[in-house]
Amino acid sequence: MSFHRIILTVNGSTEQVDVPGNMTLLQMLREKLALTGTKNGCAAGECGACTVLMNGEPVNSCMVLAAECDGAEIVTVEGLAQDGQLDIVQQTIIDEGGVQCGFCTPGMLISARALLNRNPSPTEAEIREALVGNLCRCTGYARIISAVKAAAEATQ
Amino acid sequence: MINPHPGLPELDYIKPASLEEASKFLAAHAGEAKPFMGGTDCFVRLRDGAWELKYLVDVKGLDGTNTITFDSQKGLIIGAAVPMNQVISHPDIVKNYPLLSEAARTVASYQLRNRATIVGNICNASPAGDTTGACIVLGGVLNVFGPKGKRTEPLSSFFKGPGKTVLEAGDIVTSISFPLPPNGAVGRYIKLGRNMLSDLSIVGVTVLGYPDKTTKSGYRFKIALASVAPTPLVPTQAEELLAEKAISEETIMEAAQAAMDAATPIDDVRGSARYRKYMVRNLTRQALTDVWKKLTE
Ligand SMILES: Cc1cc2nc3c(=O)[nH]c(=O)nc-3n(C[C@H](O)[C@H](O)[C@H](O)COP(=O)(O)OP(=O)(O)OC[C@H]3O[C@@H](n4cnc5c(N)ncnc54)[C@H](O)[C@@H]3O)c2cc1C
Ligand code: FES
Ligand code: FES
Repeated sequence: MSFHRIILTVNGSTEQVDVPGNMTLLQMLREKLALTGTKNGCAAGECGACTVLMNGEPVNSCMVLAAECDGAEIVTVEGLAQDGQLDIVQQTIIDEGGVQCGFCTPGMLISARALLNRNPSPTEAEIREALVGNLCRCTGYARIISAVKAAAEATQ
Repeated sequence: MINPHPGLPELDYIKPASLEEASKFLAAHAGEAKPFMGGTDCFVRLRDGAWELKYLVDVKGLDGTNTITFDSQKGLIIGAAVPMNQVISHPDIVKNYPLLSEAARTVASYQLRNRATIVGNICNASPAGDTTGACIVLGGVLNVFGPKGKRTEPLSSFFKGPGKTVLEAGDIVTSISFPLPPNGAVGRYIKLGRNMLSDLSIVGVTVLGYPDKTTKSGYRFKIALASVAPTPLVPTQAEELLAEKAISEETIMEAAQAAMDAATPIDDVRGSARYRKYMVRNLTRQALTDVWKKLTE
């Protein structure tokens, strides 16, 4: 099998990685770069646990080939905090109790961050629509949604 | 043991530098190579073992596949690689082809729509494709680059069966073109899923209606049905009825019944054939009524 050499930015640092053609971005992040914050829930685009930002937009990293990421800019949950300071959605999801087992949380945080980037003051319906691709088996969503609301309010 | 997190089977990723190169490669490796855009259908098929391929050929970013262009004289061209979220929010599409935005918005999730494309939805040739109906009723035509050069394929003769189209090895769809929408056109897409958002449709009904002096009723309605036949279905009898008879609640009901009669759905995990049949009637009636109300407002 042939390998592809790709150069990309992950959480602000430049990485050079050799990847086989069938490796997904999710596998590359977890297995080549040891960024295990991004989770593998379904490997089929359904659950959103693998959500990362690719060139500023959220994508299911299980549905992107690593080889497609040459030149891309990726942000994972590990890249949300800046200078030791949590992102506001990370803080509010803790404050509101929006985390139980935590498996959905990294993807949830990335989707929430992406929503607030494109729409700083979303309605509840807009929050629900933006998070429709992020499944949570524990919380019942209510506290996650209030966390996103609180994050939006805190940044007004 | 069942592996809950299977990866993609071994295959190679090919990124050609031009359409010619991509087309030649695909033609030379017929049966073992496929083109892909977002990959949201391809990857699932490969992982499930439904497809065995040696190569996935990335045709994003080649000549004109990345852009949306609108011309108030000629109409709209959506590049094959344009992700659905860009279609949904593009100002010219929201203004002139809102039905396309409405339909695309019902597909999966925001994340998935950053990868999934309209052309991928069409080429996948699933009868459940949510944007296919809108593309059919809006008169979409595919621009194809193939081994013998460029050609166009109208959607009316494009689908041959579930997952089957007229495309042959080496054919690459570069974009989809739409004529200007008819004056005063109003569209509606109703998707019945198992939940409010994000699931594949049990039944999907697309309707486009507009005033038309050449018909007896003074209106023309275009209808496309999803998930109720082996291919996206146009119930022509229902359309003809609505062109012939004065539009009223009764005519709409009669047309909805004709749509139900045309549907040949199957039982599957999302719904029974019988349920689907009745929902075709009810949702066609609802979509026609919604459009009719707006046309006469
Ligand atoms: C979790 C999940 C949820 C989904 N939900 C929905 C939904 O709600 N509604 C819906 O309609 N679909 C849904 N889908 C299916 C899929 O996302 C859509 O069909 C999507 O539009 C496919 O676009 P793509 O660019 O990803 O296609 P790809 O996977 O890249 O390609 C699809 C097919 O088209 C062919 N193809 C692609 N590009 C070209 C080209 N340029 N020329 C010739 N052939 C080409 C490929 O070879 C393949 O056969 C879902 C998929 C997943 C994984
Ligand atoms: S692991 Fe990617 S969507 Fe579930
Ligand atoms: S907290 Fe457990 S899945 Fe969301």
